[in-house]
Amino acid sequence: MVQNSKQLIPHLFRLEFSKITAVLCKRFGIDHIQVAEDIASETFAVALETWPRHGIPPDPVAWLYQVAANRTRNYLKRGRIFSEKIADQLTSPVEEQNAEIDLSGGNITDSQLRMLFALSHPSIPSEAQIGLSLRILCGFGIDEIANAFLTNKQTINKRLYRAREKLRTEKVQLEFPGDQEIHERLDTVLKTLYLLFSEGYHSESHEEVLRKDLCLEAMRLTHLLTENEKTNQPKVYALLSLMCFHTSRFEARKNEKGEMVLYQDQDQTRWNQQLMARGAEYLNKSARGSEISKYHLEANIAYWHTIKEDTSEKWNNILQLYNQLLVIEYSPMAALNQTYALSKVNGKQKAITEAEKLNLKGNHYYFTLLGELYTGVNNKQAQQHFEKARDLAKTTWDLQVIETKLEKIYKKG
Amino acid sequence: MLIFRHEDGSKVASPEQIEIWMKQTMDWIGSIAAQNKLVNTGNGLSFDDSRVVKFGNVVTNGPFGDIKETIGGYIMIKAESVDEAVQFAKGSPVLQGEGNTVEVRKIVHGAKL
Repeated sequence: MVQNSKQLIPHLFRLEFSKITAVLCKRFGIDHIQVAEDIASETFAVALETWPRHGIPPDPVAWLYQVAANRTRNYLKRGRIFSEKIADQLTSPVEEQNAEIDLSGGNITDSQLRMLFALSHPSIPSEAQIGLSLRILCGFGIDEIANAFLTNKQTINKRLYRAREKLRTEKVQLEFPGDQEIHERLDTVLKTLYLLFSEGYHSESHEEVLRKDLCLEAMRLTHLLTENEKTNQPKVYALLSLMCFHTSRFEARKNEKGEMVLYQDQDQTRWNQQLMARGAEYLNKSARGSEISKYHLEANIAYWHTIKEDTSEKWNNILQLYNQLLVIEYSPMAALNQTYALSKVNGKQKAITEAEKLNLKGNHYYFTLLGELYTGVNNKQAQQHFEKARDLAKTTWDLQVIETKLEKIYKKG
Repeated sequence: MLIFRHEDGSKVASPEQIEIWMKQTMDWIGSIAAQNKLVNTGNGLSFDDSRVVKFGNVVTNGPFGDIKETIGGYIMIKAESVDEAVQFAKGSPVLQGEGNTVEVRKIVHGAKL
């Protein structure tokens, strides 16, 4: 349990900052997103100042909401907002007088969902969407976002500033899309959540806790969508299922030395059974309706990977799923994985022929795959491909994986 | 565009055989898609309930002429040249049936019409 305010406040910040910001934004309008963020931040500043001296209040969350509500009331009274165009946007005169802020559970969820749709607006570039989502929806600090993107605070601040400007100039509204629009808008929301998750799952940041938090936040937001009857569509369950299957292998991906462990070499007993079961449960729930989204296909591929043993059934299924995935949407990674699955089904020789047609000569994964396929067929060629991959690889993790493979080849050579 | 002309599979093969063809077709399409050369998978065309409307509004039932020349489906691909397109066509499982063909045609863009 978290005991002192030094530990409790960052913890609460992560959980509550986004809720307060979302609710205030719903109240003020998204043009005033910065005001909402400022009030939420000030609320925590007050806690940081008073809790160490006066002790943690009995109900810390209620205390924070109370302070946030008071601050907002003062802010509204000072008329800084009324001098801007907010005044004529407030529809209810009663609300105007009382300036009450509704921080009930229902309104929090509703505000966060609206925020999710607003931040995933198609007009906002995806990099900015992720940054802003991390800040506004996941309560990440600027430091943490900079760390996740391996860049500095200044860059992130600039990026967030531009994203907020974009929200304003594009006149994005904090509203739930209508029934007509929801299907299409939901696609962009899912894309943002998928990116958010991938950012955490593949981030090169060395802060393991941070990376895991990112994945968990993406899952929490996806879960939020499954709880609303307008958004609990099969593809949402498919995405959630996919996330569960991937995170189930989170612990097993690293060894004691903190090095990456490839799937084949992972200790299966370190796979999280509970997450695997949840993944399967959501996968079942996604099997409704006629739409087969890319999330359905990826979730099914991830499901087959929860079976460690190499069976012909497993690889046949994976190959067919990658074929379907490529038909829906081409990506170099899907092409490489499809070719790998092909080698498992039809043998290395056939896969080499197909791999050589892929034309991904700038991609180090491409040469890693070729090296892998040539291993045991022509080790000299395999070595050359791995060396090429090493020259192209940029990250320490990728280099480490390739070096290990090269060492094995040199031994065989 | 690659246009397949072949017999009605359901008349000459067992459901199991058709399943194998389907899988081979997906592998073939998957290979084209993996090269980022697939535009779309087109549509399969049903052999049932087909009609031919001829000059003078004469309506006849399919099949139409030589049964092996019936169009069964098509896919659209991107190719640098007709030769590349022909290479793709050669991989089609449709060609396992004697007499079946894959016709390679270039799509004319609107402006050129």
